[in-house]
Amino acid sequence: MAPEPVTPLSSLLQDRRERVAAAWIETAAAELRGRITRTELEREQTDVLDTLVAGLAAGGQVLTDPQFDGLRGLLGSVSTARARQGFSPRETAVSVLALKEGLYALLADRDAAVAPADLLTLLRLVDDLGLFTFETFATARESIIAEQAEQLLELSTPVVKLWEGVVAVPLVGTLDSARTQVVMEKLLQTLVDTGSEHAIIDITGVPAVDTQVAQHLLKTVVAARLMGAECTISGIRPQIAQTIVALGIEFGDIRTKATLADALVAALRTGKGRRAETSALTGA
Amino acid sequence: MESVPILKIGRTLLVSIQVDLQDHTALQLQEDLADRITSTGARGVLIDISGLEIVDSFIGRMLASIASISRVLDATTVVVGMRPAVAITMVELGLSLGGVRTALDVEKGLRLLDVEEDDAEHLLLDPDGTEAE
Repeated sequence: MAPEPVTPLSSLLQDRRERVAAAWIETAAAELRGRITRTELEREQTDVLDTLVAGLAAGGQVLTDPQFDGLRGLLGSVSTARARQGFSPRETAVSVLALKEGLYALLADRDAAVAPADLLTLLRLVDDLGLFTFETFATARESIIAEQAEQLLELSTPVVKLWEGVVAVPLVGTLDSARTQVVMEKLLQTLVDTGSEHAIIDITGVPAVDTQVAQHLLKTVVAARLMGAECTISGIRPQIAQTIVALGIEFGDIRTKATLADALVAALRTGKGRRAETSALTGA
Repeated sequence: MESVPILKIGRTLLVSIQVDLQDHTALQLQEDLADRITSTGARGVLIDISGLEIVDSFIGRMLASIASISRVLDATTVVVGMRPAVAITMVELGLSLGGVRTALDVEKGLRLLDVEEDDAEHLLLDPDGTEAE
């Protein structure tokens, strides 16, 4: 029996694409049920399959070949979109790896004469596609995390003016060195810009104070003092007060108040006293 | 050799440091100030460092020792106009300028000195606080 003429992989895929695509979509849709519409999935997969066939027809062997540039670009944008929409890694990877189901369907087909070497190439290619997709997915996720961290840094440090000569920073969330540095610089700069002599750091929204956070707070207070402003810490919750004492952190002569309101009153009182003395001097 | 000018306003000496100090200029300033305090009988020393971008441990120590010298000569030292970046660096270096009073700018520093002066003189000369000067 003469060996059947071996059809090139690309034309074979092109001929049976209906069947391959059907098996692929079946598997992928089962995994992604409800996350994405079938039409959308079909459109995506048709694009991928078209680009894959085109790449194979152009003689591409492995994913890094220039013939697959289009395919890589397409998959990259698909998995980045998945990452942004909040798909799980599994869901993203399966939608590509399910292409194998399509290929297995091809294998079961008696009419198709697939050279084992060709099939191996194709399977390897699909594996590479899976890896590539996952890598892009992870990169996209990481960039989202980095963006959010940056946004958090901007969002979390407003310096507000409470009264003439009194500014406050309401701290919310966990304090780390990077954040404290930003808060410190912003607060000190605001003191200079507004000529305020009182700063209030409100830590009502800080969930926990450990030695490091306390150290950062103390540094801020000392720096403000060096510049000639008085700094009050307010909003220390009972549990935090207990922690501070248990840890043996010395707040020294730093003024602490229970609430922001108390701190404001204290600041105004000091300011008033000073103004009264001044007006007595200038001879009202 | 360049030196830092010392201005006299009332009973206060004003030193405005505009450029980064060389070590010997700093020492010279320290001596000059001590002389001027005794010769003028000044009660307050105001050091404006708003022009300084770098305060190293040497300058930090100089400020502290000027404060100590003035205290011995019965004058109060106020350091004014420290930049935020300088304040942060000094805290990181562990220099807290203990015993030195600070204010945001020259105006607030002068007010701080006036108030103290005022307190002392009121107690002695004008317990009722009615006199203007």
